[in-house]
Amino acid sequence: MDNIAGHKSSLSLVTNIAVLLLVVIWLIPTVGLLVSSFRDREQISETGWWAAMFPVESAERMRPEPESVRQDGDYYVLEGNVFEGGSGSVSDFGLTGRDPGAAEVGQTFAWFEVEVTEEDGEIDDERIEIAYPADGEPEFPEATEDGLPIMPGSAVLQRSLTVAKNGDFTYVNDGEISRAPSLYVVTKQPPDFGWQNYRQILTSDGMDRAFINTLTVTVPATVIPILIAAFAAYALAWMDFPGRGWLVAAVVGLLVVPLQLALVPMLTLHNQIGIGQSFLGIWLAHTGFGLPLAVYLLRNYMIGLPRDIIESAKVDGATDFQVFTKIVLPLSFPALASFAIFQFLWTWNDLLVAKVFLPSNSESWVMTVKIADDLLGSRGGDWGILAAAAFVSIAVPLVVFFAMQKYLVRGLLAGSVK
Amino acid sequence: MSPILQGILTIIIGVGGCVGYFYLSNIILDRFVFPPRDDDQGRNIARATAVRPWLFLMPAILALGLYLVYPVLGSFLRSLYNRSGNEFVGLGNYIQMFSEHGFRVALFNNFLWVLFVPAAATFFGLLVAQLTDRLRWGSIAKSLIFMPMAISFVGASLIWKFVYAVDPDIGIINAVRDFFGLAAVDPLQIPFWNNFFVMIIMVWMQTGFAMVILSAALRGIPEETIEAAILDGANPFQIFFRIKIPQIAGTIAVVWTTITFLTLKVFDIVYTMTGGNFDTEILPSYMMNYMFRDDGRATAVAFVIMLIVTPVMIYNIRQARKEL
Repeated sequence: MDNIAGHKSSLSLVTNIAVLLLVVIWLIPTVGLLVSSFRDREQISETGWWAAMFPVESAERMRPEPESVRQDGDYYVLEGNVFEGGSGSVSDFGLTGRDPGAAEVGQTFAWFEVEVTEEDGEIDDERIEIAYPADGEPEFPEATEDGLPIMPGSAVLQRSLTVAKNGDFTYVNDGEISRAPSLYVVTKQPPDFGWQNYRQILTSDGMDRAFINTLTVTVPATVIPILIAAFAAYALAWMDFPGRGWLVAAVVGLLVVPLQLALVPMLTLHNQIGIGQSFLGIWLAHTGFGLPLAVYLLRNYMIGLPRDIIESAKVDGATDFQVFTKIVLPLSFPALASFAIFQFLWTWNDLLVAKVFLPSNSESWVMTVKIADDLLGSRGGDWGILAAAAFVSIAVPLVVFFAMQKYLVRGLLAGSVK
Repeated sequence: MSPILQGILTIIIGVGGCVGYFYLSNIILDRFVFPPRDDDQGRNIARATAVRPWLFLMPAILALGLYLVYPVLGSFLRSLYNRSGNEFVGLGNYIQMFSEHGFRVALFNNFLWVLFVPAAATFFGLLVAQLTDRLRWGSIAKSLIFMPMAISFVGASLIWKFVYAVDPDIGIINAVRDFFGLAAVDPLQIPFWNNFFVMIIMVWMQTGFAMVILSAALRGIPEETIEAAILDGANPFQIFFRIKIPQIAGTIAVVWTTITFLTLKVFDIVYTMTGGNFDTEILPSYMMNYMFRDDGRATAVAFVIMLIVTPVMIYNIRQARKEL
């Protein structure tokens, strides 16, 4: 309808682009985490996740042992392979850590000593660095980088390095090679994706235990409040008794009571009656905290059920209990599903209640506590591990979310819009 | 006993117990307490009907009373006592708290959160809702923007720790800065503005919620009002601001207040991102600093949060009473 007035094409293009942009912005953080969780840990520290599909370049210093050095005229020559039995692919190489990729494979990188004329006319020795094709001859520039003229024909080779793609190298030095020389190579490693981060956190870092703990907290804490709330919601929707209006208002009020208030008094109470910090305690706590929303959602839904069905059942002699179990409960399935998803997501994702009502030891850590209190501290810089841990913890909610989105949306609407 | 077995057992006992309670209490009421027979039949049915609602409500009232009503009073009373709870200090905890720099920072930051997060989330939610309204791939776009809602605050914080990382090979913000030749910064350590970088996480998560609700509200606007505006020559912007927004103002208010409440309770994000350092503390995370250490102080902070939400709570209750 908006488009009748003839703006259709231009406005719709702008709309498409704007939405695309927003979606991309919203997705980037999560995609970054997902990609990182599959990357090799060393590659993560070398290049950003956005470059994950490209080979990773990394500069390394190689120190080949000076074995079988042969003498060739005035020079000493060392030949070998930079990977020393390993394998890899060299793209660039050099002789200093300052510029480890000074020359490409197939070239020779050499230091020459040349004579230059200083500004005051004096002649001095200086070193220049040249890269040239391995099967060619070096071409000397006419001046150094500082602009001092080089005397033609004065160049004397000091040191040179030739490296092939497979790592074979020839190192030439004008002095005896007694210690291992420092060679720098830039290697290209193909993108390395795999499950190694996941394997590590699930086997040695204890995330498997935390996953099971989360599941153990979540399932009873989702199932029990539904049943209690369903009966209460039916009473508030379809039974007549004095004070009903006040009870509904009380539930609405309790919806916004901050959880924080309950922490100290309830933990104290749990300790006094012997529950202490335990799974039983957290199940009870989640049940209590989830009830206002459950009662509110279910009552709002049940009150919209057709009056005729319920009244004719009562006229036919059905008791309230029968009406509830045989008619209202099956009809309320969508609302029950909505709340179940809410409560599941809430308890699965909860950090606060778990920190307070569960014991603080590695046997009882749920995933959120494990990540926030353990992994972030002990593995703070290990991004691959952190990413994998985060994804283990959000995988189940994401599956539930995409599979049951319809009910989630319906529940949200029932909870907020009149 | 392993927690899994314990969990299964709890489900069986819990669910079985609930079903058993509701079923048996009904039978007892109908057969033994007020049996509908003899000359008392009519009166007994009436009495049973009067009692039954309370049977249905009992477990919920008990749980709500214990876990939400009692704590309001319990927390307030506890906040009047000292750290170990054996000495009555009156409002001492509150007075000391308000004189401390840390608390005032937390209060101020919380104020920023309440101003910024609901406003930004509602704005983006409305924007997306309107833009995707007639889009062919709108439902996919909405689903993707809605997705962060399923993620835990801890998970979301970790996701954004990647975005904010100082290393330009990890954090995309510093990668962009690096690309333009700017030095790397730690967004979480820039005074004042770091609060907003932390808040963005919450906005990122809550926009989907606002979008879903507002999208439904936009769909609910009667077509005639829009058609009439088009016939009168209104352009799309006028239609949006003059016709649509006024009709969904009520829903916008609901979305706004719902996100505000959530904002007042969330401690996970600050706790995970900065641990409250660099002056990013907010009241819920400030409270957790004292949890387990000084119950008097912790309950005092909690009660301050309660006081902040009370006006809106009263408003909500009034609205609910009106609709009954």
